[in-house]
Amino acid sequence: MEYISNFFVNLGNSWTSLLSSFLPPWAVILINFIIVALLLVLMPVIATMTLTIMERKIIARIQNRIGPNRVGPWGIFQAIPDAIKLLTKEDIVPVNADKPLFNLAPLLIFLGAALLWAVIPFGRGVIGQDLNVGVLYLVAVGSISTIAIVMAGWSSNNKFALIGAFRIVAQLLSYEIPMVLAMASVVALVGTMKMGEIVELQSIPFLLILPVAFITYILAAAAETGRAPFDLVEADSEIVAGYFIEYSGLKFGWFYIAEYGNLLAVSAIAATLFLGGWRGPFADQAPVLGPLYFGIKTILIVFLLMWIRGTWPRFRIDQMLALAWKVLVPLGLFNLLWVATMIKLPLPVWLQWAFILAGNVLALLVTLTLMGQAAKRYAARRGMVGTRA
Amino acid sequence: MEQLFFILLALLTLSAALMVVTTRNLLHAAFWLILVFFGIAGFFILLHAEFLAVVQVLIYIGAISTLIIFAIMLTRRIMDPQQPRFNSQWGLVGGLAALLFVVLAAVTTRVAWPTTSATLPAEPIKQLGADFVGVYAVPFEVASVLLVVAMIGAIIIARERG
Repeated sequence: MEYISNFFVNLGNSWTSLLSSFLPPWAVILINFIIVALLLVLMPVIATMTLTIMERKIIARIQNRIGPNRVGPWGIFQAIPDAIKLLTKEDIVPVNADKPLFNLAPLLIFLGAALLWAVIPFGRGVIGQDLNVGVLYLVAVGSISTIAIVMAGWSSNNKFALIGAFRIVAQLLSYEIPMVLAMASVVALVGTMKMGEIVELQSIPFLLILPVAFITYILAAAAETGRAPFDLVEADSEIVAGYFIEYSGLKFGWFYIAEYGNLLAVSAIAATLFLGGWRGPFADQAPVLGPLYFGIKTILIVFLLMWIRGTWPRFRIDQMLALAWKVLVPLGLFNLLWVATMIKLPLPVWLQWAFILAGNVLALLVTLTLMGQAAKRYAARRGMVGTRA
Repeated sequence: MEQLFFILLALLTLSAALMVVTTRNLLHAAFWLILVFFGIAGFFILLHAEFLAVVQVLIYIGAISTLIIFAIMLTRRIMDPQQPRFNSQWGLVGGLAALLFVVLAAVTTRVAWPTTSATLPAEPIKQLGADFVGVYAVPFEVASVLLVVAMIGAIIIARERG
């Protein structure tokens, strides 16, 4: 029972002591590092195999279809034939492509997606490496994919790829700022950048204290992963497929895997920062429940992002950039300042948190009112239906 | 072990830096520069300065390299390898670069680099943050003012006339 209640940590300890009985310490460390690295690198692949079927089923339900239903019960093994199909496709390199960069870009984008998992806590003590700059590390690793996208777009020697790359880089750079501001307000609140410690100190989920930061983060995450309603990087009717248009076979597969890996990673980060990570009822007595709670919370966020994708119309590029710079950035800046001021007030912690929540709700109301007025002004100017003179 | 990593990193960084200045394709030079930045981040990790390493990746690779690549792509005829490499001022610039090299070499060889045996503080980032708004407040603010000036200048240049 004791063993089961903290299963993952105990399993790790047993494995380490088993290895230590016949191997020198440095070899044990090396083998353990390689195993952990392999597990974490496989996360984007696992995400692709599971989230694609989930996404297709959910979008199908929203659109009143059935979705994949041929392979396995309810079509749950659909991802496997898809993967096999992708592996057997011909690998085409355009004649005038910049070959070294063309081949490097898919690897680099996968690297960016895989490295994110190093600092995400799956449970108490179940974390790749609890870096003391964890949150900043996530932001820095995220910027690697920007480079990979520019590389892919340019080296393909295709105008659609290049325009797609320009669009997504403008989008990534704009939405990185509200995302960082949302993360920074959490960091300011807890006073640490260690992902493990942020969860430890989260006695109530920060969603209930910082709703503005959570909403900003979710919108920025949808934009950072290039998903609808921010999917104008691959708007078929305008630029065919965007920056990976020239890729085929497994090289295209790497972009696909990175996309779903990033989707799961941003959801896991949101679950860690705002929903209390692996915390939950009885998680303290039985730490084995931690990864379970963490998984459930992550899947909830994934579902939220898929729901948004299935139901919101696509933004135009100027609307998308205006949303980032005119709404989310000022809101994030205010939120960060408000949190920084409140935690310095000589008050008990619960009162500080109540003040932060009050400020958040107020900021949200003011923002929504202003946005509503702006929409009315816009509609009146254009003489749209539904406006009163 | 650490020495071995240092030598490997140094070789990687220096050869990438050499490629930056010798390659004929300007965009390749930008990508080699990114490799140089990664190498420098590696040096910070060897020095146990994880914060600086992460900031190096975030700012130099995430922001500055992207801007450099954009500037190259948006400039006309700059990516053509058939463009002449030198213009009439190459002698002057070469001389200045040689002078800069001499000055840097003189400084690095003559200064007795101070070392201390004190251990790292438990929370180096907190110390760094406190120093930025305490001891080093003035230089920190001057750097911020510089960035604001650059931003206003960029807006004025890019502003639509009329």
